Amino acid sequence: MTARIGVVTFPGTLDDRDTQRAVRVAGAEAVPLWHRDKDLKQVDAVVLPGGFSYGDYLRAGAISRFSPVMETIIEQAKGGMPVLGICNGFQVLTETHLLPGAMLRNNHLHFVCRDQKLRVETDKTAWTSDYSAGQEISVPLKNIDGRYVADERTLDMLEAEGRVAFRYLDVNPNGSLRDIAGISNEAGNVVGLMPHPEHAVEPLVGTGRTDGLGFFTSILKNLLKGANA
Amino acid sequence: MTLDTVKHAAETPESAQPWKELGLKQDEYERIREILDRRPTGAELAMYSVMWSEHCSYKSSKVHLKQFGEKAPENDALLVGIGENAGVVDVGQGYAVTFKVESHNHPSYIEPYQGAATGVGGIVRDILAMGARPVAVMDPLRFGAADHPDTKRVLPGVVAGIGGYGNCLGLPNIGGEVVFDPCYQGNPLVNALCVGVMKHEDIHLAKASGAGNKVILYGARTGGDGIGGVSVLASETFDSTGPSRRPAVQVGDPFQEKLLIECTLEIFREDLVAGIQDLGGAGLSCATSELASAGSGGMRVELDTVPLRDATLSPEEILMSESQERMCAVVEPGNVDRFLEICEKWDVIATVIGEVTEGERLEIFWHGEQIVDVPPRSVAHEGPTYHRPYARPEWQDALQADDANKLARPANADELREQILKLVASPNQASKAWITDQYDRFVQGNTVLAQPEDSGMVRIDEETNLGVAVSTDGNGRYAKLDPYTGAQLALAESYRNVAASGAKPLAISDCLNFGSPEDPGVMWQFAEATRGLADACQILGTPVTGGNVSLYNQTGDTAIHPTPVVAVLGVIDDVTRRTPIAFAEEGQLLYLLGETREEFGGSAWSQVVHDHLGGLPPQVDLERERLLAEILISGSRDGMIDAAHDLSDGGVVQAVVESCLRGGRGARLVVPDGLDAFTFLLSESAGRAIVAVPRSEELRFTDMCGARGLPATRIGVIDGDAVEVQGEFSIPLSELRTAHEETVPGLLA
Repeated sequence: MTARIGVVTFPGTLDDRDTQRAVRVAGAEAVPLWHRDKDLKQVDAVVLPGGFSYGDYLRAGAISRFSPVMETIIEQAKGGMPVLGICNGFQVLTETHLLPGAMLRNNHLHFVCRDQKLRVETDKTAWTSDYSAGQEISVPLKNIDGRYVADERTLDMLEAEGRVAFRYLDVNPNGSLRDIAGISNEAGNVVGLMPHPEHAVEPLVGTGRTDGLGFFTSILKNLLKGANA
Repeated sequence: MTLDTVKHAAETPESAQPWKELGLKQDEYERIREILDRRPTGAELAMYSVMWSEHCSYKSSKVHLKQFGEKAPENDALLVGIGENAGVVDVGQGYAVTFKVESHNHPSYIEPYQGAATGVGGIVRDILAMGARPVAVMDPLRFGAADHPDTKRVLPGVVAGIGGYGNCLGLPNIGGEVVFDPCYQGNPLVNALCVGVMKHEDIHLAKASGAGNKVILYGARTGGDGIGGVSVLASETFDSTGPSRRPAVQVGDPFQEKLLIECTLEIFREDLVAGIQDLGGAGLSCATSELASAGSGGMRVELDTVPLRDATLSPEEILMSESQERMCAVVEPGNVDRFLEICEKWDVIATVIGEVTEGERLEIFWHGEQIVDVPPRSVAHEGPTYHRPYARPEWQDALQADDANKLARPANADELREQILKLVASPNQASKAWITDQYDRFVQGNTVLAQPEDSGMVRIDEETNLGVAVSTDGNGRYAKLDPYTGAQLALAESYRNVAASGAKPLAISDCLNFGSPEDPGVMWQFAEATRGLADACQILGTPVTGGNVSLYNQTGDTAIHPTPVVAVLGVIDDVTRRTPIAFAEEGQLLYLLGETREEFGGSAWSQVVHDHLGGLPPQVDLERERLLAEILISGSRDGMIDAAHDLSDGGVVQAVVESCLRGGRGARLVVPDGLDAFTFLLSESAGRAIVAVPRSEELRFTDMCGARGLPATRIGVIDGDAVEVQGEFSIPLSELRTAHEETVPGLLA
């Protein structure tokens, strides 16, 4: 018996198959979820993968948040179901207000694809418990709308509550405020980040590192622990 | 409005028609009248004019291209050859791979972003139409001088367009080239390649067979984009209430294309199509005539059922429109409902626009009145053929006599060091990371190697680790000096790149970029290049599976350098055995494979230091290339080499610098006996590579080279944090990194 982790496909989602692979590599069962379907098929957690859902038209994530599948996800996330938003998924989570802030166009105005160094700032979330706070990891980053912004009060609150989950190291690739690469909600079950841990789970492909696997082993262990308790 | 029906055309034989404005020659127009035994209708004239254009009919090039078939080597791997949307190659384990390179040169000069974006979109649909899931793209690009103001207009737009479209499709961009040369000023070359993977049983062909089968148009609505010259016809046939000039460049919507990909793959999975064709150049004219021409029967199309973006479009414009993100499928009646259901799932508009008929005619109707009645082959496959005159240009002898080997060489080690730094910092030799970092190379999670590696490599089976590698190469400077040899060198380099990464080269696709075929000198270059390529393919055993010809790349009387770009596809049974370029392990030994001669004609050194182009390109020895490839592949498979880098422009020193910077390690080199430092470091002799050999494997490796008769010379060791040539000079990696990496962003960012 392993955990069932749902991976949502919106029209225009690109990294759904990669994310399903990452879930499998970690040892969990990947369950494809379809944007038109309210039914979450009894999954234990959900990943919103990267891509350009609905073509990013209007604003990245702005249309996806109104899809039937998101209705159920928003409701269950508020009840404690773990949700991870990667890149476009992070943008969807800010649009739903499960996470605060927003993503703007990169300050240099170009799409950027690079191997990005990050510092994991907290091991207190459902998706980062397999890391240690302060650990440095490298995972691919690829986006054009990746500049995290929020008002000063929100940023201070995130810092004070330990909800800045990841910070860019060495290079801030898009002008994100306070080098923020990812954040969590208050309860720690909802996490969003711009870089792509699902592209760093096998030594053979991508950057050749497996630094992203911890996201998926974290959630698997937490879910199995919960099931045994 | 008067509709120019077939009946009307028959009744008004003397009615004047704008065939000239549509680019037809008088004899071509007369031939159309002969085929139809009457004057064509406006719609027919539009179809013939665009299908008989150089771009669609290959009328100037096909007498030369047929050598690719005539001289094709025996090759068991070729499943589908030239003539379909793309060729298909067997890569083992039940998998087939399809790949093709195409040009989108002219649109990209006019409107860089959309031109380049729709170039990606078009080649991806070609691959999709074969039944394959697209798995990677690559873009060989050529621009004018790096510091020319127009390059700063064209290049960022092209790069953003490729990224903007390809990134949104979720296709990793794993390689390609960026070359600067003043000859491409005003005529940039934007070539695009796509690779797709399928199982053998999933191969689909573009043909319409089976009377009663339905013809379904699906994807984007048809709009007024990409119509260009046909608007003269619209204004001729219709009164002034019709639309005026239409934009000639298409506008892409990658989101729509992504839906089209997923929708089409789901349709393939349920085996719902009898034939399929993408809509690219010449739009519906091309798709309907080609499907009908390749099938057994005729086709009847109700043109007024086509979903439109602009209700004012005339039937001629609908037939010509090059609106992107559209496909045309032939579906058995029993499968139509399921087909439409899958399209609905993906929010893709799908419409039955006609059916396959018993007859032999392509018949098109507009609100019940017949506007086209033609034999489809006469449109699609029986266009004109030109035997254009060709002649070796008068200046060719003088160019070849202007020997680059006689140029002034560096007088001492300091000067050599200085010239090398200048070389690695020159726009053509500098790092292109500023460009390639705007492309997603990680998506799909199967990228094993990507730029700046020798070839791009993707895994195609997660269980067995089967993979494919692709490289694209072309050197217009070599081809200008000698088009026959230049084309062979393009193939040799691409072949070598694939082998250097550990894969076995199987087949090629080519994009032949040349000037005007009406210039006998250009036509000679074309004839020589195709002959050279066909001869080389025969020797290397790599058939041409398809590709594209782009002519008229010239401004006034000045043509671009003849630029045949060759893409080689290779297979690797186990991608964990791939060979990267990085020198990563201190202490490993560096071996130079092959022979180094004094060959500076067309070299990067002659361009960077002397701004010179003359002499002869490096000699080609295809048997040597084959042997080198076999050694590189065996060395990789048996764990004898940990890094390999092919030698091409910039010679040994360029390759060493790239491999050192990639691995973050220095190298100590010794000039081999019998060579001077300058020739050793900068000559561009073909048939060579550098490999890094672990000490424990040295004997086994040199024994293998000795037994097979490949010269292998130990030239140094991976060591330290500088590139040092003993007794000559040393350059710290940090200095090389700055020189190599700051040029392109400095010019373009």
